[in-house]
Amino acid sequence: MSAEQTVSGAAAKPVATGTPLLEVSGLTKHFPVMGGFPFKRQVGAVQAVDDVSFTVNAGESLGLVGESGCGKSTTGRLVTRLYEPTAGSIKYMGQDIAHASRKELAPIRSEIQMIFQDPYSSLNPRHTVGTIISGPMEINGINPPQGREARVKELLEIVGLNPEHYNRFPHEFSGGQRQRIGVARALALNPKLIVADEPVSALDVSIQAQVVNLLQELQKELGIAFVFIAHDLSIVRHFSQRVAVMYLGKVVEIADRDSLYEAPRHPYTHALLSAAPDADPDNLAGERIRLTGDVPSPLNPPSGCRFRTRCWKAQEKCATEEPPLVQLSGSADGHLTACHFPEFGDVQGNAKAPATEAATAPESEAKASVPEQRESAE
Amino acid sequence: MSTLTKPEAAGTPAGAGDAFLSVRDLRVRFRTEDGIVKAVNELNFDLEAGKTLGIVGESGSGKSVSNLAVMGLHNPRNTTIEGSIKLEGQELIGLPQRDLEKLRGNKMAMIFQDSLAALSPYYTIGRQIAEPFMKHTGANKKEGRERAIEMLAKVGIPQPDKRVDSYPHEFSGGMRQRAMIAMSLVCNPKLLIADEPTTALDVTVQAQIVDLLKDLQQEFGTSIIFITHDLGVIREIADDVLVMYAGRAVERGTMREILKTPQHPYGWGLLSSIPRINASVDIPLRPIPGSPPSLLNPPSGCAFNPRCEFREQVTGDKCRTERPALEEANGHLSACHLTPAQKQSILTEQILPRLSS
Repeated sequence: MSAEQTVSGAAAKPVATGTPLLEVSGLTKHFPVMGGFPFKRQVGAVQAVDDVSFTVNAGESLGLVGESGCGKSTTGRLVTRLYEPTAGSIKYMGQDIAHASRKELAPIRSEIQMIFQDPYSSLNPRHTVGTIISGPMEINGINPPQGREARVKELLEIVGLNPEHYNRFPHEFSGGQRQRIGVARALALNPKLIVADEPVSALDVSIQAQVVNLLQELQKELGIAFVFIAHDLSIVRHFSQRVAVMYLGKVVEIADRDSLYEAPRHPYTHALLSAAPDADPDNLAGERIRLTGDVPSPLNPPSGCRFRTRCWKAQEKCATEEPPLVQLSGSADGHLTACHFPEFGDVQGNAKAPATEAATAPESEAKASVPEQRESAE
Repeated sequence: MSTLTKPEAAGTPAGAGDAFLSVRDLRVRFRTEDGIVKAVNELNFDLEAGKTLGIVGESGSGKSVSNLAVMGLHNPRNTTIEGSIKLEGQELIGLPQRDLEKLRGNKMAMIFQDSLAALSPYYTIGRQIAEPFMKHTGANKKEGRERAIEMLAKVGIPQPDKRVDSYPHEFSGGMRQRAMIAMSLVCNPKLLIADEPTTALDVTVQAQIVDLLKDLQQEFGTSIIFITHDLGVIREIADDVLVMYAGRAVERGTMREILKTPQHPYGWGLLSSIPRINASVDIPLRPIPGSPPSLLNPPSGCAFNPRCEFREQVTGDKCRTERPALEEANGHLSACHLTPAQKQSILTEQILPRLSS
């Protein structure tokens, strides 16, 4: 409950221009695991996404970062309603679409589009580029004044492809070009929100920048809001005004870009930032935090704070009590963290001595601040 | 001649270690239905004992192909390999399969990118780790199993005596990659080829694997060839770096030289196109225009010339007509027609400000 309330409080004063386009609160998706003999029944649930709340303003880009299996892709698919959530609400322009029927969704689907990770498997090899890009228009019965073919050629030009390639097949294009076709398809219906699920991770390094720049131009020129899902922290930072860090189905920290990258409060965000390799041999920004082990199974997530099994600061409280996603004292406005023993919010100082100094001072700070925050939230 | 060179080689023991692995004029060709793919051309490099060579390049630049040639893993029916690959003085090209089998897994080993595809789903992890050990040392099953448990413990898998009987699907991605490392190190190889071992992993696990490889290298003194496209990982692990483009080496030098003072337009492009975690976010990224060339029909002259933004600065149309040789310029080797002075001024005036902003 507390998470919902704090988030709606943060949404009241939007960070970027525009009003909330998408409001997600308490979003939960559990995939049932069936087993047993002779009658199949549910024996458990993969808690892929658990009580996730965030807002996306019009024209804004929200980055979702996390390791594989943390539920970032599932969140993207819930937002586009490719999955139906187990609980929670997804409000698109004030309308709850969490359990909307196919018919109710039809007009909204044209406004929320998706770009997929793998440009090789997300394009039908038996369709020409023209058919692929005009597909969304055909399905939604949209007839642009100049005709669909002309519109497709216009779109091809927007994404930097040759309009004469209208009749070619996907296999004639390279990976980067295919991803551009995927972008053109997502743009075909003038969407207001695009969910980009790892749009560049399957591409070569020299091509990644081309696609990131293309998406950024489109965002600026057409004012499209993005949910940008990626595991590369530097690309997310480059693309998104606000960033949410997910761990095992939960948002552990959400903040605007500068606040998150310069003053992370959650130990996991810290570890992620310190593990991101940097190509500059002279950049010795703190020692690397070695996280041990792997992400626990979402079938049976740890009690309390889900990060506690890998956290170097974990104490008893972390096992019994789940930390709420709240704004800690000392954080910037709209910077929400879910941690009992948060960090100072200074990359260098903490990264160098995560165990000693951090265990003493912030503890008292956290004890003082967290209960107070909780009272105000409830 | 021989009397002159021999004392020299004997007099410098470090010099003898230099040529632990030496690849000279390596060419790999594939015959395909569409024509002959020149996957690797005139590749030269040396690897010193106990050092790490990083190979950087895009997909299709020949980095994996050249290392599969070192391992002798190409299908001889449609592949021609020319040149010389010497491992501790022993010529590997043209070696019969039987002799290669004695080397593979024993003296040289390889870690692959996709650990789920590289491990057999049918056998337990322990059995797969023990197999090369039993084959090469003649150990029995019990010794093999003990060795597998020992190796699993070494690569940091908890409860190795239990996990040794697990199947690959029961492991997570990072653990499978650890198991692969255990498998490759089971016979204490002198040469380890790691082909994008961290590309499919998350950043935190990637950091674990890179640290593990570094620790193991210190312990065993293994020489590592580390193939990746991530310059950040190169910075973490490599001593020397070889940059490949379209089947050729375009730049070679120490890690610091390649990352701090690159001398080739492709190296500049790579460094400028990756977003830095502390760079300004308002400046758009500077991608390398175009896409990597097809190796069926590579561009004439310098293979990078269609994508190069400094082509006009070379007098004449040399870039399109003449292939630049890998020559020393400003401290390390690079293959580009720009003069060393031009390179230095482009680097200091255009590239470095771009990187630091």
